[in-house]
Formats: sequence, structure tokens, C-alpha cells
Amino acid sequence: MTKSWIDEALAQSELGRDGLAAEGRRQLPLADREQQVLDRIDRARRRRPKVREERITMSHGSGGKATHTLIEAVFLDAFRNPLLEPLEDAARLAVGGARIALTTDSYVVSPLFFPGGDIGDLAVNGTVNDLSVAGARPLYLSAGFILEEGFPVADLQRVTDSMRAAAERAGVHVVTGDTKVVQKGKADGCYINTAGVGVIERDVELGVAGAQPGDAIIVSGPIGDHGITIMLARGELDIEADICSDTAPLNGLVAGLLDAVPGVRAMRDATRGGVATILNEIAKAADVGVLAVEDEIPVRPEVRGASELLGIDPMYVACEGRLVAVVPGEDADRAVAALRAHPLGERAAVIGRVRAEQPGIVQLKTAFGGTRIVDLLVGDPLPRIC
Amino acid sequence: MRFVDEFRDADKAHALAAKIAALCEPGRQYKLMEVCGGHTHTIYKHGLEDYLPESITLVHGPGCPVCVIPMGRVDDAIHLASQPDVIMTSFGDMMRVPGSGGSFFDANAEGTSIRMVYSPLDSLKIARQNPDKQVVFMAIGFETTAPSTAMTMLRASHEGLENFSVFCNHVTIVPAIKAILDSPDLRLDGFIGPGHVSTVIGCRPYEFIAKQYGKPVVVAGFEPLDILQSIYLLMLQLSQGRSEVENQYSRVVPWDGNLVALKAIGETMELRPYFEWRGLGFISHSALKVRDTYASMDAELLFQVPGVRVADPKACQCGEVLKGVLKPWECKVFGTACTPETPIGTCMVSPEGACAAYYNFGRMNRNRVAEVSGTSRS
Repeated sequence: MTKSWIDEALAQSELGRDGLAAEGRRQLPLADREQQVLDRIDRARRRRPKVREERITMSHGSGGKATHTLIEAVFLDAFRNPLLEPLEDAARLAVGGARIALTTDSYVVSPLFFPGGDIGDLAVNGTVNDLSVAGARPLYLSAGFILEEGFPVADLQRVTDSMRAAAERAGVHVVTGDTKVVQKGKADGCYINTAGVGVIERDVELGVAGAQPGDAIIVSGPIGDHGITIMLARGELDIEADICSDTAPLNGLVAGLLDAVPGVRAMRDATRGGVATILNEIAKAADVGVLAVEDEIPVRPEVRGASELLGIDPMYVACEGRLVAVVPGEDADRAVAALRAHPLGERAAVIGRVRAEQPGIVQLKTAFGGTRIVDLLVGDPLPRIC
Repeated sequence: MRFVDEFRDADKAHALAAKIAALCEPGRQYKLMEVCGGHTHTIYKHGLEDYLPESITLVHGPGCPVCVIPMGRVDDAIHLASQPDVIMTSFGDMMRVPGSGGSFFDANAEGTSIRMVYSPLDSLKIARQNPDKQVVFMAIGFETTAPSTAMTMLRASHEGLENFSVFCNHVTIVPAIKAILDSPDLRLDGFIGPGHVSTVIGCRPYEFIAKQYGKPVVVAGFEPLDILQSIYLLMLQLSQGRSEVENQYSRVVPWDGNLVALKAIGETMELRPYFEWRGLGFISHSALKVRDTYASMDAELLFQVPGVRVADPKACQCGEVLKGVLKPWECKVFGTACTPETPIGTCMVSPEGACAAYYNFGRMNRNRVAEVSGTSRS
């Protein structure tokens, strides 16, 4: 146990100081001094991320700030190349004249079975969706299983059955795989990794960095269903609600959207970190501001109710069958209509706009009529005690 | 959603805002403290300050239970959790609070088993499932959560559970308010009283604030309209030269509190002679310990607790922020060394802390006026 992190943080802040002497600062009008502090924060936020922890903590897997820091400071640093650098849901490759999308994702959900699906559905749909939002037609999947000693074979069959069904629904095939078994206690029943390839047949250049002021931001349906379902399914909350996971393959929905609006700028599936995280990714990647309107964001009453009770914000809760799309402002109505024409997009809605002001910042106009910043969370949303 | 949306009506908010603005005397500045962290959270989450005139400043008080736990106590908890065969249970928002060597999350990465629970009673479930382990509940919070700790102890005692104990860090709100009132650089005009605490202790304990210190108190609910209405009631008192305790949250708060809850606390816990608060220092009779009759459930007696005091870094100005002398951004380390990812002082620790709330939600306040009247209204 050392006190070093405090000293280090203090030293860091000294580096970030303005050249002004303390007296000079004091003479500035109050408003300017506040602006100066805010500018300093902005600079500190833009600095290259650094992992301060000596060990991995649960926060590093949450999809929030800690995850972003880990990815940029460790993985991107190690593997940096132009294909990886955009940090999109899938990499886009040119192979022998064809444009290919490649992605991979691991699934460690607990419990393995939950209302609306199981780890098998997720493992197929999640990878299909990562390919779909990259503008690709998903084709082939790999499946790697890490099984814990003692895991019931019947459960494994249940999982593979739903993987097969999900693959059929999405029109993909599992064409290669791997199995490993670890000692009891070294894993939690069953972990699955899937990788997927798809072909990009359309002439699209998708990427959140392409968002431009005036663009509309659309979400394809009610948010937070999956995350809240999982939290309740863990049975630790003694809350019961009639909700189930939204896990679904989005390739059909995406195809409909791209047919109607070929000029879509970007799509993301709103998994870990929820819609709020994607809005922040848009703001950061494109160096634009985002203004979202709370009243326009579709949230089921059950999800809102559970979130209120737990003191968490549905905007940070994971979905597994929802996408966020950025489209040029003039295409917004057509995009919403195209999404609503598909059963998975019935409640699609424009939830906000991209703007030039306040680049890098996501603001929310609250239902109450105020405004606030929607930042990345540090780690998982934690329930509040009061 | 029923019982929620009624309290978030923007039209009613506009009407209240106009009434509040009408009560402001020209040229006078008002500083109102919301004591409770839950209020701070509501204020920022809903952007409530957008409705207030420039002359009213809300000062975010000491009522965030995770924020006021000194680093030394976090270190003690981690020390307890690292004892062989100990499982510690804790509320979720305690998990990220840093001690001098890191947070509970960091400790878990080093091998401790600190589990998040939603109710202290869940600790008993864990104790029953793990009879060969000692389950220690990291008890924190004001009078709001103390009854649930007390009920858990009573239940454990009733069941004869022998492997459950409590590391008691419960604090009481009134001595903290008194400490703030007694500080020489105080500049507050009134208090938005803590709603949840008052469901337990009632409104009577605040009468000294109105009588001896001449400051109005309005006990408030947690929805944005509750808070706006409470600000209106405070402004009304100030404009009429009154200082009284009023109960805006009467749908939940009984004037005399909850006697059953108070009795459970009294049965299982007693006041400590003094306790250290982060940012405020030592305050006498401001915290609870496990009562001697329940010594077998007092983790501080069952285990060796180092009890080393860890001073906040000198650069940290949380005390001044808590008293309303400084605004969060005026602190020397705000936003650079001290951020929500690496909180140095109490106010940045939990989302309810004044600095964290300002950092996460309020940084745009300055642009707000221009913006609300300009583009974003369209």
C-alpha cells in the first residue's frame, strides 16, 4: 500500500498548470477564472490516457472510461495500425478486391440463461451486429468455448441449440470452432468467444468520425432492456419486472436502413456502456458536440422503474439488439421510417442532434427542462445508497 | 411513470421558478445549502439550477455518506477484508472510494473478497451460505441506512448467526450541520434539509438551526419539483424575515420521525465520543459504534484494526467546498489532479459529491444562460 497515486496525480496537475502566477489568476474576473479552470480540465481530458492501476479491476471491463483507457493505453499502443485505429465495432479490410469486415467478441454473461435469451443467442447476435453496423453482410462465424469442469452437458446443448437458431435467423454459419476445459473454479460455467466475417457490398464509408453538425442521431428502439433484465435475473435485487433481453440480429434492420438512406454516416450497436457511451464516442471521434433530448429517448416503463429504484441511468445500461445511427439531418425522417418498417425498429426515434458547439461534449436536455452533461462512466453503473 | 412524472413537470417548474425569482431582493446574494447528497444528485441530474436566478447559489453540503468516510477507515476496511477467511460486504457506491492504497475494487484485484450487496440483509444470506467464513458488513451512511444495519444485527442475533459482524461507520447528520454552522467563515442563508434522514429522525432535531442560528430549514423530497418548492419556501421565509423548520416532504417524513427505526438503532448502536469526517475533521458525538451488548458482532473488536489516520493531501480544499466558501472549480486540484477517475478529496469521490457532480454534469453551467435563451430552446 503506497500513497504514490496521490503524489503522482498532484505532480500531473502541476504539469497541466497555466503559466500564470497565483496572483495573476486572482486578478482575473471570476467568470474568466472559472473558464480557465474549465479549459485546464478540457486539456487534461484530452491528454493521452494512462492506466494508473497496477492490476485489472472490474471497472476495466465495464465499457466506460476505464475500458477506453485500457484499450488506448495498452492494446492500441501495442497493436497500433491504421485498420485498428478507428476503434470501430468491426475492422474493414480489402482482401483480393473484396471489402471484408472482421470482428470478435467474448461472452461471459452471468446468469447464462435469462428472460429473452441465453449466452448462445448473445454470442451469435453480438457478433452479427458488430458486422452489421460496419455496413457488412455477416457470413461466417467462429465459436470458441471455454468450459468449466463440471458444467452440465445438457446446458451446453441448450446453449448450442440457441446458437444454431440465432445463426439461422441471422443467415450465418458457424464454420470453425475451439473447445477448452478448465478446472472447476477457473471459469464460471461457460464462456464463449465468437469471431465473424462479413462482406461489405455497399458503397458506404461508415464511421463515427464522420458525424457532422446538423446530423440527426437515431436509436432503433427502447434502451436498457438487456442490462436491466440481466441485473434482475441475477436475483440479488428482489425486484421482479416483466422485461426480457432485446438480444436480436440487426442485419435485416440495417439493410432496410441503408436501402432507404445510403448516406448513413455511422452506426453502433449499443452494448456495454449503453447509448450514453456511444454518444460520447461520436462526440470525441468527430470532435463535435452532441445534444440529446431526454424526452425523445425511448425507455420502457419497466426499465425506467427499475433504474429509478436502483439509482442508475438507463442511458448507460446495455442493449443487445439496438443500434444508434448518425444520419444527415435531412434524411432523419426517412431513416426513422425505414427503421420503423422493420419489427425490430418499431419504436425508432430521433434522440438528438450533432452540433458544432462544445466539441467533445454530450449534453442532455432533461425532461424536467434543464441541461446536463452526459459523460462516460468510470466503471459500471453502481447502485446508489441514498 | 406514476409518483415520479408528477414531480418532474416542466410547466410547474417554470411557474415555481418565476415565483422564486420574484422573491429575490435586487442586489442580494443567497446561498442555500442542500445538506444531502441525494439532493445534489437530483439537482445536477435534472439540470435544476437552470431554473434558478443568478443570485441564488446552491452549496452542496456534507450529506454524501461515502464521501465523508476518511481514507484511514477505507484502509481499515481493506485490512479487515484481507484477513484470512473474511468476506466483506459493502454498498455499491463504496466500491470505488479510494483509501490511501486504493479502492475496494483494487483490493479485490489483489485478492480480497469484497462483495456488493443491495441490502445489509444480503450479508446474512452470504454468512449462512459460507459458515466457514467470517462475513463483515461495511456499514456506512447516515440515519437513513443505520436502521437497516440495526435490523440486520437484530436478525443475526435472533438467528444465532455467529459468523456475521459489522464494521460500523454510521454517522449522524446533526453534529455535521452544527460544525458547519459554527465555522467562522460560514456564508449560508438557509438549509434544504435532508429528506431521507428525516424519515428516521423527524424534523425536530433541526429546530436549533432556526432558533439558535436564525437560519430557515425546509426538509425536502428528492424529485426536482420537491427541491424547487423547498427553495421557494426558503426564499419565502427569508423575504418575510422568518426562520423556521418546515416540512416540504410531509408525504414521507413524519414530524417526530420513525420511532421503530430509532429504537432499533438505539438497541444496537451507541454514539462514539468523536469521529473523523473527510473534509471536516474530527466532530464529537457524530458517529455510531456497535453497542457493547452486541460486542460479538463488532468487527472492530473481533479483528485487529490498524486505525491509522490518513490526512487528506494539503492541496485538497474539500472542507472549504463543503462549507460553501469555495466553489468546486475554485479548488486548486479540481479537474486536474482530482477527477472522478482519481478522486483525491471527499467531494469528488461519489457521484453525489459536490465536485464530482459539478465535474460530471455541471461544467457547462457557464454557457447555460446563453444557451437556454439561444439555440437549444428552439
